[in-house]
Amino acid sequence: MSDILSVAAFTAGMAALATAVMLPPGLAVAWLLARRRFPGHAVLETLVSLPLVLPPVATGLILVTVLGRRGPLGGLLDRIGLEVMFTWRAVVAAMAVMGLPLLVRSARAGFEQVDRRCEQIAATLGARPARVFFTVSLPLARRGVLAGALLGFSRALGEFGATIMVAGALPGTRTIAVAIYTYTETGQTTAAAAMLAVSAAIACGALLASNRLAGGAAPR
Amino acid sequence: MAMLSACAGPGASPPDRVRVSAAVSLSDPLAQTADGFRRETGIAVELNLGGSSTLATQIRAGAPVDLFISADERQMDRAAAEGRIDASTRVVLLSNRLAVVTPVGAPAPRGPADLSDPMFARIAVGDPAGVPAGVYARGYLASLGLWDALAPRLAPMRSVRAALAAVEAGDADAGVVYRTDALASDDVAVAFEVPEHEGPPIAYPAAVLTDAPNAAEAARFLAWLQRPAARDTFAQAGFVVPGTAPGRDRRTAP
Repeated sequence: MSDILSVAAFTAGMAALATAVMLPPGLAVAWLLARRRFPGHAVLETLVSLPLVLPPVATGLILVTVLGRRGPLGGLLDRIGLEVMFTWRAVVAAMAVMGLPLLVRSARAGFEQVDRRCEQIAATLGARPARVFFTVSLPLARRGVLAGALLGFSRALGEFGATIMVAGALPGTRTIAVAIYTYTETGQTTAAAAMLAVSAAIACGALLASNRLAGGAAPR
Repeated sequence: MAMLSACAGPGASPPDRVRVSAAVSLSDPLAQTADGFRRETGIAVELNLGGSSTLATQIRAGAPVDLFISADERQMDRAAAEGRIDASTRVVLLSNRLAVVTPVGAPAPRGPADLSDPMFARIAVGDPAGVPAGVYARGYLASLGLWDALAPRLAPMRSVRAALAAVEAGDADAGVVYRTDALASDDVAVAFEVPEHEGPPIAYPAAVLTDAPNAAEAARFLAWLQRPAARDTFAQAGFVVPGTAPGRDRRTAP
């Protein structure tokens, strides 16, 4: 049981970290897609949605190729002493990549709903673009952004295919989904069921919160 | 007693640990053997269990692993092709046999020819496209000339354990799995085992990696796996250990 709880805590912590990692690029991309028309708009839109439609194992294969010690980025990081593959960093990377599309979609919808005039007025009053973003756009789009962050977090929680490729099923990198896989494959069905229950409980909580935020019900 | 580590290799990897990527079908006996090794030497064994093809892909990408134990030669060859394994350490550790299983209480084929009976409408196997057990199953059925007739009724699963689970749940009327999986499950009956001379040779090769962070410890564990105590553990789980008689057969147990 303590094993199950520690795996659950590790998974939730890594998912939270992955959410923090995906927020800055995710918000930037969401804002760009919502507010700017530029060459490559459609390409960026497609690229960022790719992990949503690719089989997770394929995403994992791409990550392994890039982040492995023999890969371009992994090799670079390895030379400065930063091991990625088979460490918690690989868990965070896989989760962040898989959660990103959901964050971007929801946050983009949030930015699109912001009345452009509010942003324009702030700009005419002398606010620089960054200030407009942080004091007008982001606060007004907070529902979409928060719902997206929670969706990304939920996706990260359940991530399996990409995680097992880059992080392995080691004691130090075991997430809930990987633990369920290992328990099932080794015939430990009771442990798998317990893990499943914990996983469902966490995911339900995150999804409920996400739905409340995105539901559009006026705050009472 | 405190153990002094004679030589820690370069890198940050702790010397009292050996990381093993191993086929998931080895889980139980390997974990037992690893426990004994840790008690004797103080070296902890970290197991990365998965499908052999996934493990080989990770190793090709540069995964920090010390020892690789594959469920077939092909995946070991994939790692070797990239120069990732130390060929001088490569050894066939174990062998296995195929078994045809059925749900408990369901009609069972007496031999491979019976599988042609339409009564066995769905036969679970590992996916012959990549799962070693599926590759072996195809080799076996093809050698008997049964492959073409049975192919439309085969249900290829993503792992041999998934094929076993399909039979356990009664979703498949029969399944071709490893004898070790069949012995580990109480929810399937072994219809018949494939005699060694009829089935394809099943080999579990092991090798230390070229750039293993803890190569010396890995070699020590590999030697440990070939000692009588470890061989007994694997034989008890139903594996065929080279040079010894096949392990006990649970069908004849009371």
